[in-house]
Order: sequence, then structure tokens, then C-alpha cells
Amino acid sequence: MEVIATRPKSLRDVPFTYCPGCTHGIAHRLIAESIDEHGLINKMAGVAPVGCSVFAYKFFNFDMAEAAHGRAPAVATGIKRARPDMHVFTYQGDGDLAAIGTAEIVHAANRGEHISVFFVNNAIYGMTGGQMAPTTLPDMKTTTSPYGRKVDDIGYPIRVCELLDTLVAPYYIERVSLLSGPDIIKAKKAVSKAIQYNKEGRGFTFIEFVSTCPTNWGIEPVKALVWAKENMLPFYKPGVFRDKGAPE
Amino acid sequence: MSKVLMKGNEAVAKAAINAGCRLYFAYPITPQSELIEYMAKMMPTVGGTFLQAESEVAAINMVYGAAGAGKRVMTSSSSPGISLKAEGMSYLAGAQLPCVIINVQRGGPGLGDIQPAQGDYFQATKGGGHGDYRLIVLAPSSVQEFADMASEAFDLADKYRNPVMILADGMLGQMMEPVDFKPAKTDQEIEAMGHQHESWCIHPNQDGDLKHHHEINSLEIDPVVLEKHVTKLYEKYAQIEANETRHELYNINDDNEILVVAFGTASRVVRSAVDELNAEGKNIGLFRPITVWPYPYEELAKCIGPRVKQVYVFELNTGQMVEDVKIAVNGKVPVNFWGRVGGMVFTPEQIKEKLQACF
Repeated sequence: MEVIATRPKSLRDVPFTYCPGCTHGIAHRLIAESIDEHGLINKMAGVAPVGCSVFAYKFFNFDMAEAAHGRAPAVATGIKRARPDMHVFTYQGDGDLAAIGTAEIVHAANRGEHISVFFVNNAIYGMTGGQMAPTTLPDMKTTTSPYGRKVDDIGYPIRVCELLDTLVAPYYIERVSLLSGPDIIKAKKAVSKAIQYNKEGRGFTFIEFVSTCPTNWGIEPVKALVWAKENMLPFYKPGVFRDKGAPE
Repeated sequence: MSKVLMKGNEAVAKAAINAGCRLYFAYPITPQSELIEYMAKMMPTVGGTFLQAESEVAAINMVYGAAGAGKRVMTSSSSPGISLKAEGMSYLAGAQLPCVIINVQRGGPGLGDIQPAQGDYFQATKGGGHGDYRLIVLAPSSVQEFADMASEAFDLADKYRNPVMILADGMLGQMMEPVDFKPAKTDQEIEAMGHQHESWCIHPNQDGDLKHHHEINSLEIDPVVLEKHVTKLYEKYAQIEANETRHELYNINDDNEILVVAFGTASRVVRSAVDELNAEGKNIGLFRPITVWPYPYEELAKCIGPRVKQVYVFELNTGQMVEDVKIAVNGKVPVNFWGRVGGMVFTPEQIKEKLQACF
């Protein structure tokens, strides 16, 4: 029998801790496949965040650091500066990256730190049980915005790609969606490009995944994909914000 | 080598580079700014990394990354900045990462002021960050000792895989004194040191073994596993307590009438007063803890001679070390305290007056 699909070498053979229907697994696989394809497994180091993907340090099959909440870009900076011969990425959720870790991500991007950042945006805090995230949509109900996110009171959700795109240094910034087969194929290309730029030492690369959280949204997985397409994508428009490596 | 006249902040930075520190991350704050400025100037000349972080929080987490990658790394700050680093220090201790943190203490609480103080004794020795952990804490009392402690701190950090703090103050940071520097480690020595942590640290997987997977981590979600981890840390701390206390004895003898205890800058002032009183015919001994964690309890207890009427503690705080002294003294004689705070430094005359009142 011919094997046509198997676990990427860059993922360890351990059970994921994600809920059924969650898109974290897809994001993990795209990153792992890309690292395999670029032949970087032996020179890769990753930094896991605090949040649903807190256990990502167990899932990837190379050296990993588990960072304090929001600090992954600083930890990745330390690793990369200490081991310039290695390739470093962070994997972060929306609370980690866009709330408590806002300073760290903005300044790592502003330094043009030679790392890749993979940002999973599902508009909610998953691990702690469905609280409002900095990316929670206006009027969206969460356990800490039980009457809906009131933008007059708590402000509008943060569009991180657009924010980072105001900086000079970043090399590559793209937002992709994990909400359908074709979208995932596009996402894979973006992830692969980020890893390629990382391999080539081009600079700071950033991929945002528009994702779902069926558990904390309280919607079945397939309906969550539909809800996200209808509600998330109009606000978080996929696209390339910056690609300094693109042919002119 | 001939001595060099240098500020403490610069001397300790130079000594750290000599000790093989090639990564330094920090944020400016008075009164330690000469340290970060020296590193900014000198790190590039030795092929090292200097990075001015966006905050003390980011700086300590950069230290976490570089220490996790197995390299000698340092950060420095002053009191309010150390509070910001407290989160990272807890993670560093939990993940057992070797590194050096310098605190050039200033007046507090809050923004306080920028004058010398010793108000961070509790923070340094009893925690600071959350959870059940210890830092090894060295307290210098001269610019020479401050500089010497850089290499000692790195050696201790590497030996025990634990963060080490040098607890200085604005006086030691700003004061100039002649310093004799140890020879700088060669590139070959630094390269060799760079491999010492490869059994656990983040490094390239040279042999391509697909089972290679190191985790730099302080998370253990299973309480059974976490209890084992914290117990292992506790056993390590017990070993440090047994092996690594440092102290200095000054005029300790069986005829001491008073035993004075002081650390760091305070001990310098106290020593002048003790000298003057002893010249006048009194017999006062001075015990100076050099490690304030682990605290030299047993060594201090041994110094309470048969004629000691009381132990007098002098600090530039409201008496934070007194409880450690009381543990050592264990009720044998009364323990007295006097200190100044807010960045005010006592004079030898003031100490003399306090001690004279004891006779």
C-alpha cells in the first residue's frame, strides 16, 4: 500500500490537547509540513505561548521553549540572538499576542527580529473558558462581555496585521484563513513562504490565521466555520500586507 | 595587572564580559545606567549581543530565551525595574535556567528616589516573583568585590542551573574605586563553556536524531509531577544552602562585647565606626554576610562569643535582615536594629553614637 499522507517529522507522535473541531491542529500541521519541506527540523526552535496552545512545546519535534504569557517574541529574540545558526518561531493566540504581549510583538516586529510569528486569531480566550479577547468582534458575547462587546466602553478589536504593517522593519505580513479547504491550501503557501524567508535570514515574518473556537463560541464545528466566514473575514480580511521578497 | 579606577556599574559590566558573558539585555534606569551604557559600547567589540529591550519585562524574557539556549547571559536594573523582572525570575528559576541579574538598588517603595538603599532585601532573598523558588543572592561591599562577583555569579548559575542576583546599590554602582580585573576568558574557553549545557538546552540537532527534543519549561499541569519538580528544586536549594554560604569576619574574637551585622554598602560605613570604637578600647566584632541567600546562619551563630551582650544590625532599610539575624542568634542575646531609608546613608559618627549607647 502506498502511503500518500503521514505525520510530518516535525510533529511528535503525542495526542493533541485541542477540542474537536478546533483549527489549531491544522495550523500546527501546516507549520510542521513547511519545516519538513525546507529541511529545517534539525535547526529549528519554537516558542509556545500561554493559552490553548500552551502545550505546543510538547507537540513539535525539535527544541521548544514555553514562554510566560505574551512574552514569546522576547524569548524568541533571546534564543535567536544566542543561537543565530538556528531558526526560531513563536506560536501565539490572540490574548497572548494582542493583549498582554502587545509590547513584545510590536517591538520584536519593529526590530525586524529574524523570527517567524504564527498568530492564531479566534476572537476569544479559549484556555481560560471563553473570555473577551482583544480581537473579539463588536457586540460578540463572551463570558466577560455577557451583553456583547460594547465598543464605546472597551474599544474596537485590534487588527494586528494592519498594526504591524505601519512599521518599517517587518519583511512579510500575511493574514490567511483556516476556514475552508481552498483557504487552507492558501494558508499553507503563506506558512511555507514565512519559513523559507526565515531559512534565508530575511527578517521578521508574521502570519495570522483566522480561526474558530467552536467550544467557547458555543457553535458546532462546521457552523463555526460558517459563522467565522460571515463575521470574522469581513473584519479580518485575508491578504498580503507586506512581502519584501515578492517579485517587483 | 595594574588596577583601574572605575565606577562599580562599569566594573561589573567589564568583569561580566571577562567572565564570558556575550549576551546582555536590559532597559535604562538610574542609578545603573552606566552599566547598560558600558555594555552598549563594549559588547560589539567582543562580538557579543547588546540589546536595549522595550521594557524590563521583555529584557528578562530575552534572558530566558538566551539562557534556554545555554549561553552566559545577563541583565541589570534598579529596584522598580527588578519588580518588573520578578515574573521572569520566577520562570527562570522554575525552568532552572542559569543567568545573572544585577540589582543596583535605589530608594523605594514605588518610584522612590535614585539614591542608594537596601530596601529590596526581602524581594531578593524571600521571593519577589510568585511560587516556591530561591535566587542565589550575592551582596558586594566594594567595587572590587562587585566586579569579582560577576564571574562567581556565572559559575554558581552554571553549577546549579539557577538564576543568581548580585544585590548592589546606588552607592556601589556610582562610586569609583581601583579594581583589579581577572584575565578575560578566551574565545576558546567561551566556546567550550557554550557546550556545557547541551544535555538540556536549545541547540542545533547536529546528529539529526529524530528523538531530539529539549523543552525549556516551567509548566507541569499534573500536580503529582509538579510536586516532584518543586521537591527537586527544594533539594537543590538545600544543597546550595549547605555548600555556598559566604561571609566575612572582622575583629571577631572571644572578647567581643557587641557583634554588629551589616551587608553591602552599610557594612562599609559600619566598619569605620567599629574601627574607631575599637581604637578607643571597645571590642566590637563585625559579621558581614556576603551571600544573603543562602544566609550564613551557622557562621553567624558561631560568632556570638561568651561576652557578647547584644547583636546590632545596621541596614539601609527598616530592618529587613533582622529576621535572618534573629534566626541565627536564636534568642541567645538581644538583637537591636537601626537603619536609614529613603536613599539616606548613615555616617560612621551616627553608627558610633548608636554603638556607644550600648556600653
